[in-house]
Amino acid sequence: MLVIKNLHAEINGKKILKGINLEVKPGEVHAIMGPNGSGKSTLSAILAGKEDFDVTDGEIFYQGQDISELSVEERAKEGIFLSFQYPVEIPGVSMINFMKTSVNEQRKHKGLDPLSSGEFLKYMREMQNLVELKSDLANRSVNEGFSGGEKKRNEIFQMAMLKPKLAILDETDSGLDIDALRIVANGVNKLKTNENAVIVITHYQRLLDFIVPDVVHVLYEGRIVKTAGKELALELEEKGYNWIKEEIGE
Amino acid sequence: MDIQKTIDNYINIFQKVTPELKAVDTDYVFKTRLEAFEKFRKNGIPDHNHEDYKYAGISEICSKEYEYTNESRGAVVDLNSYFRCEVEDMDTHVILLSNGEYYEKNEKIEGIDEKIIICGLKEAKIKHAAILNEYYSKQAGESNHGLVNLNTMLVNDGLFIYIPKNIRLDKTIQLVNLTHGFGNKNIFKRNLFILEENTELNLVICDHTLNNSNNFVIDVTESFIGKNANFKYHALQNEPNKSGVINSHFLKLDEHATASTLALSLHGGIIRNNFFVKLAGRYSEVNLYGLNLTDREQRVDNFSIIDHMVPDCTSNELFKGILDEKGKGAFAGRIIVRPDAQRTLAYQSNKNLCLTPEAKMRTKPQLEIYADDVKCSHGATVGQLDETALFYLMQRGINKKEARLMLMFAFANDVLLKINIEPLRKRISGLINSRLRGEFSNCSHCLLNCNN
Repeated sequence: MLVIKNLHAEINGKKILKGINLEVKPGEVHAIMGPNGSGKSTLSAILAGKEDFDVTDGEIFYQGQDISELSVEERAKEGIFLSFQYPVEIPGVSMINFMKTSVNEQRKHKGLDPLSSGEFLKYMREMQNLVELKSDLANRSVNEGFSGGEKKRNEIFQMAMLKPKLAILDETDSGLDIDALRIVANGVNKLKTNENAVIVITHYQRLLDFIVPDVVHVLYEGRIVKTAGKELALELEEKGYNWIKEEIGE
Repeated sequence: MDIQKTIDNYINIFQKVTPELKAVDTDYVFKTRLEAFEKFRKNGIPDHNHEDYKYAGISEICSKEYEYTNESRGAVVDLNSYFRCEVEDMDTHVILLSNGEYYEKNEKIEGIDEKIIICGLKEAKIKHAAILNEYYSKQAGESNHGLVNLNTMLVNDGLFIYIPKNIRLDKTIQLVNLTHGFGNKNIFKRNLFILEENTELNLVICDHTLNNSNNFVIDVTESFIGKNANFKYHALQNEPNKSGVINSHFLKLDEHATASTLALSLHGGIIRNNFFVKLAGRYSEVNLYGLNLTDREQRVDNFSIIDHMVPDCTSNELFKGILDEKGKGAFAGRIIVRPDAQRTLAYQSNKNLCLTPEAKMRTKPQLEIYADDVKCSHGATVGQLDETALFYLMQRGINKKEARLMLMFAFANDVLLKINIEPLRKRISGLINSRLRGEFSNCSHCLLNCNN
């Protein structure tokens, strides 16, 4: 589904990613861990197509296609979804208007007719239940006045609405209490199929208790320095990152 | 034409039409003309050297030649047949002003108390002289703004509304300022709205230009809002690209009175809105709202003076602007809190989006506070669309153009939320949406579902 080869990227001349290699297959859950400043959020932003970064070398293939020339919205329509670490507040844009536009743009892309208002509302209510968001969501402005937990649940709600093929969850667990964490993780697990894939970016093991990864990667100074099974996350939680730094000879 | 020539020209016009004007005026009204004439000679037309009109582009409008119209000319078509139109779900009554004159075939308003007077200003001078003389020019007459003086000096007609104490008027009055005929016209209008104690008036005003003439419109409105009265005024300004509109609204509020005005500048060449508010009775409240959408080389200039004369009054100002292409705008908001006007609340906010590097916005709060127990706040911003919000919307598959529109509409939205007449808000919201999308058809631009 996703193949990243030797990806180098920089911002304002500062090198952030220094040769990332990664392959994610349909049905897999990958966790990317790593200390602050290692390039985790940069990687997710580049996958989503954010233009602030210069990709200086390497390639990204998504569903067999080089996506370097695709715009943010084209990637989104192809099924790449980014759950934001800091969901943006947009006063004056209602959730219902936002989601309706978004869902129907994506349907149009797939050659489907837009959902009628009735169908849409029904669908929206079902997906709201999945992340236990209150029924007044539709008329609230996007993320405005949402609590930290609500914002993250709202990200997973949008993921549920859009049913992406590849979901990148950028520190979706940050700022969540244990109940909210469970709700968010449950939502992600319910949306999981053999056709889609999830990349979970996190600092902590605890989210991975709920969303169990097939593969765990350690990103350090712009490179993936270690890849192993889910037990790696436990080991990191226990020992920190220093042993990895030692292992790679720093 | 330079400004001095324009001034001389107006002086000549005045001297020429004086006998005609005198014939239809009350003695009092004619006296206000003579006083205004003296003031105009002294104040002249404010150009960019005048602090309050620095960016208004008055000399640009004045540099063209116009045909002064104050003669009565019957419209060639029956305008009522053109404008059988209503705002959905709203009980409105439509009144036409045709090139500034009260249209003679305006229909009588059915089902309202007969003590309420709604007619042309010219008619009021004859039939309701006593009431008119008591209020007319009592606010505007004190003004030293040359263009206000000019209006008082030359104006002939407009809309007159008088609602006596404790009488209800349930219908919303929809005033359509219709401009038609050939040539660039100089149009003067004078509206006088008198709300006595415990009354209410909802007004919607739309401009409708039937030709592409570049007119120069100089309007003055005086509103007197009595004790416990409630006044809502919504102006939808929509004029051709090279036109000029100078609009001065004087409001005086008595005890416990409230007034809300909305200036929605959708389209125009140069638009200047002046608001002169006197909070003269305790516990009165005024809300001035404005939204301007400019592109090409359009210019919208909002200027306000709110005078907190007595204690315990409240004023709110919210003006927003979206400036595209080479659009220009200015906002100046003066708030005066007099020495004994304690417990004043005054809030002012002016926020603007400049969508291109060529778009220019100038904003200036001016607070003069002479009392010590007051709460005043002001804020002004000029910025661009939020890039992170744009990225967020696009990441959900919404294309850039649509995402930008959503953000612009959202920006405009908090002004729209101030319209508390639901059907009207829905209608205006639709107008703004189509304006931002550039789908502004000739017929969607006023509130009317007209059939022409």
